[in-house]
Amino acid sequence: MNTIPVEYGLALAAILFTLGLISVLIRRNIIFMLISVEIMLNAAGLAFIVAGAHWGQADGQVMFIFIVTMAAAEVSVGLALILQIYHQLKTLDSDAANKMHG
Amino acid sequence: MNDLLWLVPALPFAGALILILSGARLPRAGVAFIGAGSVGVSALITILIGFEYLSSATPHSYEQVLWTWIDVAGFTPRVALYLDALSLVFIFVITFVGFLIHVYSAEFMVDDEGYARFFTYLNLFVGAMLILVLADNLVLLYLGWEGVGLCSYLLIGFWYLEEKNGYAARKAFIITRVGDTAMAIGLFMLFKTFGTLNMGEIQSQAPQIWTVGSSAATVIAFLLLGGAVGKSAQLPLQTWLPDAMAGPSPVSALIHAATMVTAGVYLIARTHVIFELAPDAQMAVAIVGAVTLLLAGFSALTQFDLKRVLAYSTISQIGYMFLALGVGAWSAAIFHFMIHAFFKALLFLGAGAVIMILHHEHDMFKMGGLKRKLPVIYWTFLIGSASLAALPFVTAGFYSKDQILWLAWAGEQGSVWLFLAALTGAFITSIYTFRMVFVTFFGEEKTHVGHSSGNRMTIPLVVLAVLSLVGGFIELPHTLGHLELFSDFLSPVLPGTAIRHEAESAEWTIQLIAAALSVGGVFVAYVFYIQKPALANQVKNSVSGLHKFWFSGWGFDAVYHLLFVRPFVFLADINKNDVVDKMYVGMVGLANFFHCIFSWTQSGILRWYLMGIVIGAILILTIGLLV
Repeated sequence: MNTIPVEYGLALAAILFTLGLISVLIRRNIIFMLISVEIMLNAAGLAFIVAGAHWGQADGQVMFIFIVTMAAAEVSVGLALILQIYHQLKTLDSDAANKMHG
Repeated sequence: MNDLLWLVPALPFAGALILILSGARLPRAGVAFIGAGSVGVSALITILIGFEYLSSATPHSYEQVLWTWIDVAGFTPRVALYLDALSLVFIFVITFVGFLIHVYSAEFMVDDEGYARFFTYLNLFVGAMLILVLADNLVLLYLGWEGVGLCSYLLIGFWYLEEKNGYAARKAFIITRVGDTAMAIGLFMLFKTFGTLNMGEIQSQAPQIWTVGSSAATVIAFLLLGGAVGKSAQLPLQTWLPDAMAGPSPVSALIHAATMVTAGVYLIARTHVIFELAPDAQMAVAIVGAVTLLLAGFSALTQFDLKRVLAYSTISQIGYMFLALGVGAWSAAIFHFMIHAFFKALLFLGAGAVIMILHHEHDMFKMGGLKRKLPVIYWTFLIGSASLAALPFVTAGFYSKDQILWLAWAGEQGSVWLFLAALTGAFITSIYTFRMVFVTFFGEEKTHVGHSSGNRMTIPLVVLAVLSLVGGFIELPHTLGHLELFSDFLSPVLPGTAIRHEAESAEWTIQLIAAALSVGGVFVAYVFYIQKPALANQVKNSVSGLHKFWFSGWGFDAVYHLLFVRPFVFLADINKNDVVDKMYVGMVGLANFFHCIFSWTQSGILRWYLMGIVIGAILILTIGLLV
């Protein structure tokens, strides 16, 4: 069985992570920022899977399940916060939520 | 009776305490009763103690230990009172003259807002002064010394609403502090040498530790002289006393004539053992006295403010006391102190009465012709003046001053220069004293005379006038009766004066010269101010520069202003924001600076924070990879 070289998988994970990070930084719409965070989480999960496959260990998949669980929890909290922000500020622009500036 | 000694200073303090706590609520009569009464009882006890002292066969000293004040590493000054002939003379003058002045003030200050405050300060002063002269160690003496300085400050600035009074009070306080600092250093050195500041122990140990003329004794004697010079308004720290006349007249009489300013004389007499071991310092005492008595005498000639004439004359008379101390005529100095307290208190009280009756007119050239209107004040003032001018044979001042003149000439440490200075001073004293009398009481009436003074003011004047006349008869020179009650009385404490043998025969001559100069001074004043008043103005105008110079007290104020006040104010101006404070201000500024930076990073924008996290993570990873 031909296996995909581990470098490819890790490169894909790195690219995905970087894309997610960049879009978190440059996006102002808070929903897109949440989506980008999800992308970063999945990139990290992919890295775990690749590593687990490389060493033939189940740990990588266990970690992925943890990440998925955590992502679900995070999304539920995040969406609730987004709803509140929208309710309060009538906008989804994250820069508008700067009432706590010094 | 001696057991009651502690009551003598305690009663005035108790009076002051009562007046502090309840003075404002008491009626005026009550305030006067407590104020004068406490000092009166104190005077009574003093007189009883004095009788017991005199009636005991052998001269003795008495010590009353009240409690130990401090006990640190062998330094154990006690609060203990020490009574001997010297302190007995002083407490007698302080309580007795003090009582008379309290009685006088009860009427003099009756219209004043701060009646209770006045008596509080006055009682506090009497208490502190008694502590000063009764202390058995120099630390307790220093407590009284500073206590009287504080009361002097409070009373000079008694009418504090006028700015110049406050200035005069600060001036007096600061200038005397200069001397006090020297004295404090002297006390430290004494303690370092002897390990104690008890005066009896120092007196007995000093001749064993030091030889005559040793440098340590000289330095300490000079430092003590510094303290005495400050308190007693002698050259070069004399400038505060004329300005101190800003206080009420009874204050000038009590503090700035009779008692406090003679504290320096007391200090030197008390520590005479040290001065005897330091002939240079003792010579300096005589020179300071001689120069001061001349400078102040010439200044007194030119003043027109009645109280300033008396102030300069006080400086001059204390100069005589210093001269006497300097030539080793210890008991003569104390004798002159006592007589001076009588007649100078009398003159200040008389001047105060005149000034009050003439509605606060201080300029004596606007007075005149008061002889008929105010006979009691005139006669008592005349007696006081005669005593100050040392008119021969009848006045007490003649006997006390004559003794100083004689010993300045004939004493072993005396010299012809000191004698000539004292003789010139006596002549000038006579002139300015009778200038004051003639201008104030003779001639035409120039200001309307208000209501006359009451009994409470005239009785003290009469009592002091009697003392100014008969007080001198307890000590008569060899040539006139030869009575030595006073110096015999002081002999257990203060040694007698050695007399040069070849000078002895000259006593008559010197007395005649002194008497002639004194009468001559009166005659000169008579010619200038009664016979030909125009002559006085002519002379004044022909030497107007000199007149101004003397009027300003030989320009000492201007010199000190230039040398000390101006540079000090200049430096204070530069240092307005306090150099030391700069460090703390700097710390505040630094904290503020960082606060601004950190507050700016707290922008509230989510993406900034993310950026921060990312950059931080990159940095940490980079460092992790590189290291």
